[in-house]
Amino acid sequence: MNPLIEGIIAGLLVLGGSFTLIGSWGLVRLPSLMTRLHGPTKATTLGVGSCLVASMIFFPAAGLGFTAHELMITLFLFITAPISAHMIAKSHIHRQGHRLDPNPADGIREALPPTGGPTDWATYWQGGEGTPLVVSDADQPPREQSDGRG
Amino acid sequence: MIRRLFPHPVLSIALVAVWLLLLNSVTLGGFVLAIIVGTVVPLLTAPFWPNRPQLRFGWPMIDYLAIVLWDVLIANFGVARLILFRRSEDLHSAWLTVPLDLRTPEAITMLAGTISLTPGTLSSDLAGDGRSLLVHALDAPDREAEVRRIKHRYERRLMRIFP
Repeated sequence: MNPLIEGIIAGLLVLGGSFTLIGSWGLVRLPSLMTRLHGPTKATTLGVGSCLVASMIFFPAAGLGFTAHELMITLFLFITAPISAHMIAKSHIHRQGHRLDPNPADGIREALPPTGGPTDWATYWQGGEGTPLVVSDADQPPREQSDGRG
Repeated sequence: MIRRLFPHPVLSIALVAVWLLLLNSVTLGGFVLAIIVGTVVPLLTAPFWPNRPQLRFGWPMIDYLAIVLWDVLIANFGVARLILFRRSEDLHSAWLTVPLDLRTPEAITMLAGTISLTPGTLSSDLAGDGRSLLVHALDAPDREAEVRRIKHRYERRLMRIFP
C-alpha cells in the first residue's frame, strides 16, 4: 500500500481515537448532567466519523473492494445520537421537578425559561383545550381553524 | 391508486437505496427484496404518518447538508477545546428558548436534530403547542445572539426545504 495512504489512514485513526477520548473525558469532567450530555453527542460523532472514513479509504486501497456500510453507519449515527440525547434531557427535566435544577454546579441557578406561548414545555404540559401538538398545513383545507393566535 | 400503493414515495425510494447499500451489491434478488421492503414498510407505517411532508429537492438541501457537516466538524473542535481548557466555573451554560417559525413536525425534527449535532447546543424539549424549542447551550455568554444564530443559520435554510 502507498505510504501516503497509510499515513492518512493512521492520522485519521489517531484523530478519531483522540476525539472519542476527549468526549469520554468530558462525560467525566463536566459539572452536571446537561453539560455532560454535550460530550458524547458531539465529540464522539467526529471520533466515529474519522474511524469510518479511515475504513472507507483502507478497504479499497488494500484491494478488498469498496463498501458502503460506513456511509450507513454514519447515517444511522446521525439519526440516533440526537434522539437518545433528547430523551435523556427530557427525563432529566422530568426528574428535576417543575422548575429548579437541584444541581447548580453548572452555573444554571435559574429555572427553565418560559415557552413564550400559551402552553408549557411538553414534558410538563398536561394537554387540554383540544390543541393538537403541531398542526400540519399539508392536506388541509386552506387555513380556517389554524393560526388562531397568529 | 399510485397514491394508495406508495403513501410516502420519498420514503420508499430511501428504503430501497438503504437496503441496497446495506447489501453492498446490486443483484436481482436483492433488488426485488428492496422493492418489497420499500413498498410494504411505508404501507404498514402510513396510519402513523397521515400527512405527506412537502419536500423541495435541489440546491437548498445540498446547501443545508454542507453547512451542517461543516458545523459538526467545527463543533467537535469547539467542544473539545471547552472540555480540555475551560474551567467549570467559567462555563456559561444556559437554557435558551428558540421561537419556531417552522410548523411541520418533520421540519421541527430536522431542526432539533441539527441543533443537537452542532456547536455546543442540545435540543431538550418542545413547547406543548410546538411553537418553541428548549435548547441547552454549553457555552453561551450572549443568549440572544445564540438564538439568532440558530434561527438565521438553520431555520431559515430549513424553511426553504420544507415550504
